[in-house]
Amino acid sequence: MLLISCPNCGPRDETEFHYGGQAHVAYPESPNDLTDREWAEYLFYRENTKGTFAERWVHSTGCRQWFNMLRDTVSYEIHSIYGMGQPRPDIKSTGQSSEPTQPGEFTQAGEFGQAGEPGLAPGAASPTATTPISSEGV
Amino acid sequence: MNSVRGARRSPAEHLADAFTSGSVPGTVTITEIPYQAMVGVRVDRASDAGARVASVTGGLPAACGEVTGTGSVHTLWLGPTEFMVVAPEEAHDSLGGSLVSDLTTALGNDAGQVVDLSANRTTFELSGSHARAVLEKTCALDLHPRVFKAGTAVSTELAHIPVMLWKTSAESYRIFPRASFADFLGRWILDAMREYASPEVP
Repeated sequence: MLLISCPNCGPRDETEFHYGGQAHVAYPESPNDLTDREWAEYLFYRENTKGTFAERWVHSTGCRQWFNMLRDTVSYEIHSIYGMGQPRPDIKSTGQSSEPTQPGEFTQAGEFGQAGEPGLAPGAASPTATTPISSEGV
Repeated sequence: MNSVRGARRSPAEHLADAFTSGSVPGTVTITEIPYQAMVGVRVDRASDAGARVASVTGGLPAACGEVTGTGSVHTLWLGPTEFMVVAPEEAHDSLGGSLVSDLTTALGNDAGQVVDLSANRTTFELSGSHARAVLEKTCALDLHPRVFKAGTAVSTELAHIPVMLWKTSAESYRIFPRASFADFLGRWILDAMREYASPEVP
């Protein structure tokens, strides 16, 4: 069970919230100009990040307000909670991962990665919390 | 009008006898307070309309947990721009009161809404020295008095259903489940209360 700190209501159980998928998916500026494929990618294609992921949540049982959250999809650690419309905060890892990235290990970078984000290797953004739970997500 | 009132059935009316027999006076009791007038209000507190609405309700709460109002009309915080006004049955316009029309007039044509939600929820009053123990069987919030103080109301989950939980005094809680959940929650609380009817096993 995640304990999520709603910006309005404070820490509440995960069951009070609903998940809203990936955050910061901008509506196309001119949807009519998109090809079917581009439109389908806007509608349905989302990142499948292993590591720190920006996502939307709504406190459906409480204040019914949406907010954004930076959550590690491996360790479930919540790095940041910020309002709708705010840019994704730049989470700097304070230390290096105790587990160096193995050659060939899955990283999310390149055309699907967030611009300016160093490869989202597992543990890269959460120096401390990956070790005990790593088997769960791998 | 009175004939309509006489035909009305509250959501947990069929549990009244069970509530009476299941209550343990002095330890934990449950009653239904039916037909309270409730009005859902959505308005920006900082706006002129918010000030006018606040003058009718006796203030609008500013943050989660706060309850404003004096006397019989209280306003519970549901969200940054969403509030629930709770008043006795007689305050409803159909019974000679003017709560809904007063709020509608106060809002005027400004952005927001005033909706009569009196039939949306019913009210359970759970009180007694073990009321907190009953709630703690299902409520994930910290109900210790140092955190959850009298005069606080939050929307949360009890027995996996969404409710408003309002601590009206040190040992008394008002629970607002939606009408369709009243039967389930009433029976759930009765079951949770059952152990306190017997002497405590040391």
